[in-house]
Amino acid sequence: MDWIFEARWSPYAAGIGIGVLSWFTFLLSNKPIGCSTAFARTSGMFVRIFRGKKIDEMPYYKQFSPSIDWEWMLVLGVVLGGFISARISGDFSIQVVPAMWAASFGSAPFPRILTALAGGIFLGFGARWSGGCTSGHGISGTLQLAISSWIAAVCFFIGGIASAFIIFKVIG
Amino acid sequence: MLNVIHTKKGLQLFLGFLFGILFGIFLHKGGATKYDVIVGQLLLIDFTVVKIMLSAVITGMIGIFAMKSFGWVELHPKPGSWGSSAIGGLIFGIGFATLGYCPGTIAGAVGNGYIDAATGGIVGILIGAGLFAAIYPRLMNGILRKGDFGDITIPKLIKVPECIIVPIVATFLVFILLALESKGM
Repeated sequence: MDWIFEARWSPYAAGIGIGVLSWFTFLLSNKPIGCSTAFARTSGMFVRIFRGKKIDEMPYYKQFSPSIDWEWMLVLGVVLGGFISARISGDFSIQVVPAMWAASFGSAPFPRILTALAGGIFLGFGARWSGGCTSGHGISGTLQLAISSWIAAVCFFIGGIASAFIIFKVIG
Repeated sequence: MLNVIHTKKGLQLFLGFLFGILFGIFLHKGGATKYDVIVGQLLLIDFTVVKIMLSAVITGMIGIFAMKSFGWVELHPKPGSWGSSAIGGLIFGIGFATLGYCPGTIAGAVGNGYIDAATGGIVGILIGAGLFAAIYPRLMNGILRKGDFGDITIPKLIKVPECIIVPIVATFLVFILLALESKGM
């Protein structure tokens, strides 16, 4: 049972685990694994605080109502699952600046958090523009052989690889 | 039986949470909750993320198409268009590299104790999703519809039965993984 406490598994073991998990989400919940819609719903909940009932007239929130659903609970579960796994693996650590970032841009927290904010804005915006993320399109959509998901997944990596090279080889 | 389970709202919320916990454990154990692993993938020096994704796709695809042939599950392919899938994908890619997490792995990164994910990253995704919702009315009948192809799948597009396409795609993806391993990547 030592494998439960290992800090890292083979990426293939983790991937096969996610694949088998998706069998059960389809079977028991009739749903593919996805994460980015939960963020859209949550942002809608915040908008509702400020704009009240006006939100119900916004076309986007008519499609994705700002409420807690299966996928929202899934994302919440990922936080807990990540925490449990990190704790039992002895890998939990409070860390602001990742090592690779620090090696190129220094260990000051503020620039990293600000960059994460900017990156998050692009990520959240792009995920809703394309209709999914690395889980919803990249894994769940491609495994259903959906054309939209194969195009989106390839573009995630084209955009990501180009941007990573600019950030670390040109700027950094 | 399954239909009854699918319609029980409280049970579904619980199942979503339970599946999320397992997903979070797999993402963490695979290393995908780490900025260095994700950025390492995008810099093409660490192929962990691609290995996780492709082995998940191969496993999931074979199981789900097998269950579909028994009539146990149905597919949920997302609709798309060049304007939505390709342009949205490229914008996502910019965020993917700049943030160093994605919407699923960032939740695991928060559980891992990573403050950049829990503060800037999460707030950024919420702002980005909110901005999209705000400008959606101006995009929905324009760019998002450019080159619309609906929710079509590869077997339907090329009119070849799933029982032939699935083994071909699975074999192709296994070859990609074998090629990565043989190159020591």
